[in-house]
Amino acid sequence: MSIATEREAQAPDDIPPAITGRWSSLAKEVLGTPRVVVGLVIIGALVLMAWIGPLFSPWEFDERDFFAFRSPPSAEHWFGTNTTGRDVFHMTMVGLQRSIVIGLCAAVATTVVAAIVGAFAGYYLGPTDRVLMWITDLFLVLPQFLILAILYPVLRGSEWPVFVILLAGLMWMVTAKMVRGMTISLKEREYVLAARYMGVSSGRIILRHILPNMSSLLIVDITINVSGAIILETALSYFGFGVQPPDVTLGSLIAEGSRQALAFPWTFWFCTGLLILLVLAVNLVGDGLRDALDPHSRRRS
Amino acid sequence: MTATTAHAHGDAARPDGTDTPVLQVTDLEVTFPGTRGSPDVTAVRGVSYELRRGEILGIVGESGSGKSVSSLAAMGLLPDYARVSGSIRLHGEELLGLDDRAMAAKRGRAIAMVFQDPLSGLTPVYTVGDQVAEAVRAHNPHFGKAAALARAVELLTLVGIPDAERRHRSFPHEFSGGMRQRVMIAIAIANDPDVIICDEPTTALDVTIQAQILEVLKTAQRETGAAILMITHDLGVVAGLVDRVQVMYAGRLVETGPVDDVYYRTRMPYTMGLLGSVPRLDQDDKTPLIPIAGSPPSLTDMPPGCPFAPRCPLAVEACTQAEPALEQVGAPGHRAACVRAGEIQANGWTARDVYPVPEIGDPPQAAVPREDRTTVLEVENLVKHHPLTRGALFKRRVGTVYAVDGVSFDIREGETLGLVGESGCGKTTTLLEILSLDRPQSGAVRVLGTESGRIGGRERMRVRRDMQVVFQDPMSSLDPRMRVFEIVAEPLRTHAYPKDRLQARVIELLRLVGLEAEHAARYPAEFSGGQRQRVGIARALALEPRLIVLDEPVSALDVSIQAGVVNLLDDLKARLGLAYLFVAHDLSVVRHIADRVAVMYLGKIVEIGEVANLYRHPTHPYTQALLSAIPLPDPEKERRRSHIVLEGDLPNPADPPSGCRFRTRCQKFAVLGEEERTACREREPELRRRVEGAADQAAACHYAERQEPL
Repeated sequence: MSIATEREAQAPDDIPPAITGRWSSLAKEVLGTPRVVVGLVIIGALVLMAWIGPLFSPWEFDERDFFAFRSPPSAEHWFGTNTTGRDVFHMTMVGLQRSIVIGLCAAVATTVVAAIVGAFAGYYLGPTDRVLMWITDLFLVLPQFLILAILYPVLRGSEWPVFVILLAGLMWMVTAKMVRGMTISLKEREYVLAARYMGVSSGRIILRHILPNMSSLLIVDITINVSGAIILETALSYFGFGVQPPDVTLGSLIAEGSRQALAFPWTFWFCTGLLILLVLAVNLVGDGLRDALDPHSRRRS
Repeated sequence: MTATTAHAHGDAARPDGTDTPVLQVTDLEVTFPGTRGSPDVTAVRGVSYELRRGEILGIVGESGSGKSVSSLAAMGLLPDYARVSGSIRLHGEELLGLDDRAMAAKRGRAIAMVFQDPLSGLTPVYTVGDQVAEAVRAHNPHFGKAAALARAVELLTLVGIPDAERRHRSFPHEFSGGMRQRVMIAIAIANDPDVIICDEPTTALDVTIQAQILEVLKTAQRETGAAILMITHDLGVVAGLVDRVQVMYAGRLVETGPVDDVYYRTRMPYTMGLLGSVPRLDQDDKTPLIPIAGSPPSLTDMPPGCPFAPRCPLAVEACTQAEPALEQVGAPGHRAACVRAGEIQANGWTARDVYPVPEIGDPPQAAVPREDRTTVLEVENLVKHHPLTRGALFKRRVGTVYAVDGVSFDIREGETLGLVGESGCGKTTTLLEILSLDRPQSGAVRVLGTESGRIGGRERMRVRRDMQVVFQDPMSSLDPRMRVFEIVAEPLRTHAYPKDRLQARVIELLRLVGLEAEHAARYPAEFSGGQRQRVGIARALALEPRLIVLDEPVSALDVSIQAGVVNLLDDLKARLGLAYLFVAHDLSVVRHIADRVAVMYLGKIVEIGEVANLYRHPTHPYTQALLSAIPLPDPEKERRRSHIVLEGDLPNPADPPSGCRFRTRCQKFAVLGEEERTACREREPELRRRVEGAADQAAACHYAERQEPL
């Protein structure tokens, strides 16, 4: 009377087809998308360049060439020099290091926080929702400037991980609201109900069913956040957080170079170009990922 | 070539050779060009037919057969990129190639359309009266505003809007679906058109409302003398209404003729399959339905030869060589596109001779009397009220929706209980309450003796194993981002099934529901609706449950696919001894699959009993009306039947009528004396056995009596 009796009836020598796991098949899918590969290669190249490039540079990071102020790119100074005679190539590479770390980490952290807060609020509703959304609204309405003023004495001089958390803390709210809205509509889907009625725990439902089904939103959000984080980081540095001179980031380099972009273009264009390249590569990866993850884009066989 | 034979034949069949058809479609072909490298889709391939004055012509086909596209072409409503060739003549005047302005002069005046979805057919910001008046004035500019409005009220009265004088000022959202569809019909007949095209006009409506709308259509036809083109997938609706019927498959007509010929002297195996796959309301014996194997061909790469050949049990070599022409078979006017039509005629084959009928046994428990079987599910006085609140900051309660208001039933092992009722009667709420395993607001739900809401987490998981669910919509019940393997494995993983046996078990389950092992590696989007529903069933079976709750499991599927799934459910029940709680609005399917039936109305069960008795001798007026409203796919029976057409719509569940909830629409209440009515108004009838001799059949009506509606 149970299905177990059926088991005997079946030929035991069935050769099951190769069914790969969810993640490994996903990885294969993703790496099969040309855009993702191109994007990953560009990011990899930028990372290599940022960390290895300075080793080949004949100039030290804070070394000044008193014989070449604002000199254009040459064999000696590959990207030229700035107002104080520092080597732009070396500065740009160090800036790129900081920006890659801070930009990527802050973008991912922002989206993760937003996804978790939004999904839990939307899934549980009731008091959980009210508390989480109250916090979200609080972050939204409190002026960021005020928060910074309060946090300044505590956070001054701390390391970059703290800075990443600070960036994420300033950027997650709007996405969290979007995620919450999508969760509320997704949780009424029958496959979520089915999972609930088969006894799958709420946490697993959120991780396995709800978040994967809004991955397009999350991926787009991460790609937008990368450039957003780099720019916000510059603004924060201006207020005295995070990266302080003489240390640099792409953002601070751009801010400085933009003032003399017309007269001395090399101080502006190299760092800007690298930022564009970085954001473009991240967008390529995100775009490709979104398509690779979308089951509807595949043709029926 | 098909067209010429069609013509010669059409002329001969005409009663008096002079009458030109109102609408004449010849060799119509519609192609949608493919975008971004995908191939072109030819939705209609060489369709020819004519519609004569005052005639009702039915076009029947499954989704994707091109039935709607061909009628949209006649209205000139296809998108600009569609390529249309052939000819469509209205009163001998060519419509294809007319520009939009010329077409607009015809639309609404000479040819009108009623769409499937009455919700999107009306503009929400104008009153219904204004919208009907607009239709009048569009073609009669000399009509003054007042005159047009007067005409609108007249039309609304004609289509049965009560108190049209006042209600023409209502907005569409104040009307129910059935009322909106009436307004749509009023708009369609506003200018006395010669042709009314109805595209699935009742598909979105409940059966009792469907019966009302069909009556309205008949009235409209009588009043205007228009010819009606009725497009539907429901073979029952067509049987009683139309004069001639045409069956479409893969963009072509495959059989056409007078309705009796097509239904009783079927010559095309596809039509046979369609008729055989419909569960019948008027059949007692539980013979399995006849499913048609496979699914319709994709319209992009059509196989050479007959498009039905890959699914046809009668296919011979000649079928795959050339597409058969639509040729006369038997009586004049009856034509079929099948090379073996002559053979079918000569041998008098019916669907049961042509199609292999699956063997389905009885569940092992069937031999045990009902009282001795274990109770799998027991629902006692279940109540679910939703508060109606108003105000944003301070919510105050302004009323209560009595979604489920004291429902009791039980399901024994190996038994199927069908829970039926119109939309809004609370059947889905009942089901969700049972599945939630939370403590109900009042009453009790016991699954295998364990009472919901009084158990700990561990025991809850055990109950979850025993009770699984299959949902209605195969599109949304499977996570689109998971492979079939993951979907079926999920309940196993959740309940800690040994990892090493997982894969073998999933494949075994897929085979059990008629899928292949290699399907495990695919995504739900790559499957057809029927296959997806099978995946859903496999997932429900994974934990060897004792009870499966099915929420309208076949209502989103085409009939030929539906039959396969219904047979599968029957077969699984027999092999695995499952019990089903089968929630559905389709009473024919329920009759086929259920052992017992409970009929719900406004949150209460009004009648419950053993399926054969209840269908043969319903005692509650509502059950009688429901059964009577369902059209049978049998033209002769359908013509002889008189339908009980209920008045009005389902009352607001937040404000149910006093006493008996059904009395506002009850056909019995209408004929009772004033004295007898008092009981209906004042006392709520309880559910109990009312009629002698009908064992195990209870009704909630003061004046229950047996009746035969079929």
